[in-house]
Amino acid sequence: MFDFYFELPLLLRLVLQGTAVILVLFPLAAACSMAERKVSAWIQGRPGPNRTVPPFLAWIPGISILQKLGIFQLAADGGKFTFKEDVVPGHVNAFYFILAPIASMIPALTTVAFIPFGAYFTELADGTMKLVPIALTNLDVGLLAVFALGSLGVYSLILAGWASNSKYPFLGGVRASAQLISYELSMTLSVLPVFLWVNAPGGPGTLSLFDVVQSQSQPGFFGGMWYIFLMPLSAFIFLIALFAETNRQPFDMPESEADLVGGFHTEYGAFKWSLFFVAEYAHMIVGSGIFCLLFLGGWNPLPWVTLADVVNFGAGFLPLIASPLVMGVIGITLFLLKVGFFIFFFMWVRWTLPRFRYDQVMTLGWKKLLPLSIANLVLYAILIAVKDLYFPNL
Amino acid sequence: MPTDYAFPDSAAKTANAVEAPEFQTEKMSLSMGPSHPSTHGVLRLQMELDGEIVTQCDPVLGYLHRGDEKIAENMTYNQFVPYTDRLDYLAPLANNVAYACAVERLAKLEVPERCQAIRIVCSEMARVSAHLLGLGAYGIDVGAWAIFLYTFTEREKLYKLFEELTGARFTTSYTRIGGVARDVPEGWTDRVDAFCDQFLPILENILKLLTRNKIFIDRTQGVGVISKEEAIAYGLTGPNLRGSGVAFDLRKDRPYSGYERYEFDVAVGATGDCYDRYLVRGEEMRQSIRIIKQVLKNFPKGDWYAKDAVRIFAPRKEKVLTSMEELINNFMITTEGPQMPAGEVYFEAEVPKGALGFFIVSKGGGVPYRMKIRSPSFSNLSILPKVCQGNLVSDVVSILGSLDFVMGECDR
Repeated sequence: MFDFYFELPLLLRLVLQGTAVILVLFPLAAACSMAERKVSAWIQGRPGPNRTVPPFLAWIPGISILQKLGIFQLAADGGKFTFKEDVVPGHVNAFYFILAPIASMIPALTTVAFIPFGAYFTELADGTMKLVPIALTNLDVGLLAVFALGSLGVYSLILAGWASNSKYPFLGGVRASAQLISYELSMTLSVLPVFLWVNAPGGPGTLSLFDVVQSQSQPGFFGGMWYIFLMPLSAFIFLIALFAETNRQPFDMPESEADLVGGFHTEYGAFKWSLFFVAEYAHMIVGSGIFCLLFLGGWNPLPWVTLADVVNFGAGFLPLIASPLVMGVIGITLFLLKVGFFIFFFMWVRWTLPRFRYDQVMTLGWKKLLPLSIANLVLYAILIAVKDLYFPNL
Repeated sequence: MPTDYAFPDSAAKTANAVEAPEFQTEKMSLSMGPSHPSTHGVLRLQMELDGEIVTQCDPVLGYLHRGDEKIAENMTYNQFVPYTDRLDYLAPLANNVAYACAVERLAKLEVPERCQAIRIVCSEMARVSAHLLGLGAYGIDVGAWAIFLYTFTEREKLYKLFEELTGARFTTSYTRIGGVARDVPEGWTDRVDAFCDQFLPILENILKLLTRNKIFIDRTQGVGVISKEEAIAYGLTGPNLRGSGVAFDLRKDRPYSGYERYEFDVAVGATGDCYDRYLVRGEEMRQSIRIIKQVLKNFPKGDWYAKDAVRIFAPRKEKVLTSMEELINNFMITTEGPQMPAGEVYFEAEVPKGALGFFIVSKGGGVPYRMKIRSPSFSNLSILPKVCQGNLVSDVVSILGSLDFVMGECDR
């Protein structure tokens, strides 16, 4: 059905794929902003944005449902941010000031290239079926590449803070650099046990996120277990570090509006501000995606129940289900559902908990999370070694 | 480098001790306000920062100065009532009552029991409303946004009741010298009672979100500690004084308007930090509800204005329309003001922010010769330079939130 696509030149195909992913991620991130407003409204017991509707659409019956969901408010916000006058204050360093929001979007949009969203069966030349990930690339160094690119995001905050040449953004930039770098350590250390478990001794080592999901889709008790049950501490540390890395409350030190007004983006407005805003949500989506892949079995519907099982079972009734397209759609839907839950969780926490103080964030990062993640790593290293030595068939 | 301020934690102390000469640091001045999200109005703090530690903090006041005291000299006693709304604009009813009581003390006038009861209910409802806003704004200051919306839902119910009683939601201007503007509407007391009943569980729910919240405790416990002696020396009043452990409440110690008839406890803190001030406000709301319930249980019947205040309280409309003497009297009170004897009086009432005092010098007639307003927020803010020193910038925000000031009253 889609054979013509595979006859296109490789470069063109990659450009098309990349554009498609960005075209999905960008509106998703924007939709998150509306979800944030609706979730916060729900938590605070108010209706949230429910008035906006374009006059030329208002006559359509049933449009009020979309209106109540705030769909049009989203478009209005986007239009406002795009067409508002894009002010560059006189006292800033204009080059870096404009560079900063761009620099925040780049890691946010590129990291998604390494994230597999789903999988489908493809027939090899010898007739066997092989599970292939749906992703822009399936790098062997997958997670490492995500971390490497994702940590570039801190530069945009520092750049914004410095280039603004103003005191509150300056403080925000300083906080951002310290906080993001501190939590990256615990974040990286917390995922190491996962890869210790995935990479059997002697085998070819992999950091691929697809392989992590595959190793959660094996038969047997431990084979089908999601890593959140196997390594709850890792998942916990990773989640907390994720909050800090994405600047979400209770860790939103760089922008904590109660004391720093707007933090690093105090001097920003219009489109440049909205880039920061969308980048934050894109980071959240990517971060939640990685959490789901590492600890929640990716696109597998339930622990011990893999996507392949479900598809094979379904194909017994309706062979169409095993086709790559349908299977891909099922996988992506399941994956997005899990990501959506985590986005909701982020919002839930943000509108419920108070904010930490800057030094408390640093204390938590260096004195609690870092030792905990090191202890966690050592513990799992020993456990996995014991398992490999004495219970190799477990 | 000698330091004249205390570092909040040992890590900073160590850092300071081992400071190498190549780390030449510079202090930064930061102007917080007058328009800043957490300076609650137009307070401006001129701060000097060493990193994020505040080494000096000078409050700059006066951005909302309207010259209320001078205005008072140019109008009659009754005409000044709307100006008292704009002192602590979060509890206008309490200010109305405090002002009316002060002028009545000057006139040596006793108002009937029903009037006193109405005034107590008003004051306590105003206290609940002001503390609710203080709590919500404090929540925002430490980052808990939902609290603000929850408390505002409750304030909205209170505003509905205020509107029924006074005709205005915000600027109530309810009291008159020698009484109140009008009697309580039919069924109003029942609705207040119903509000109290449903309010208590909601209040507990709101407080539950903060009281044992680890992040909130970390942000507030041990921050901005004001000792008993300091609190008294700086002239703190209200919840801020009681948070420091001084059981001083004008409603108990110098009862006015019949507070002595009702039973309530004075909430007192132990250490005087931000957390204690928060707890004290929470408890005061419960006690206010307790007082309101007691008043409503035996709501006195009878007159709601002083009958013997002939040249002070304007006569009823129906009498003005039917009797010549009353018409003249009404005309005189409206044009020349309520007639006061010559003399001086100083009266303090316990409003939500503390002790609101009016010092009135009268040379007779309907206009004060001089009026001085002692505003609790002003005195409470005087301790800021002392408390903020050595804290982090984020702590300044929690301290400001816990002091719960209103600039309208502070700047007058």
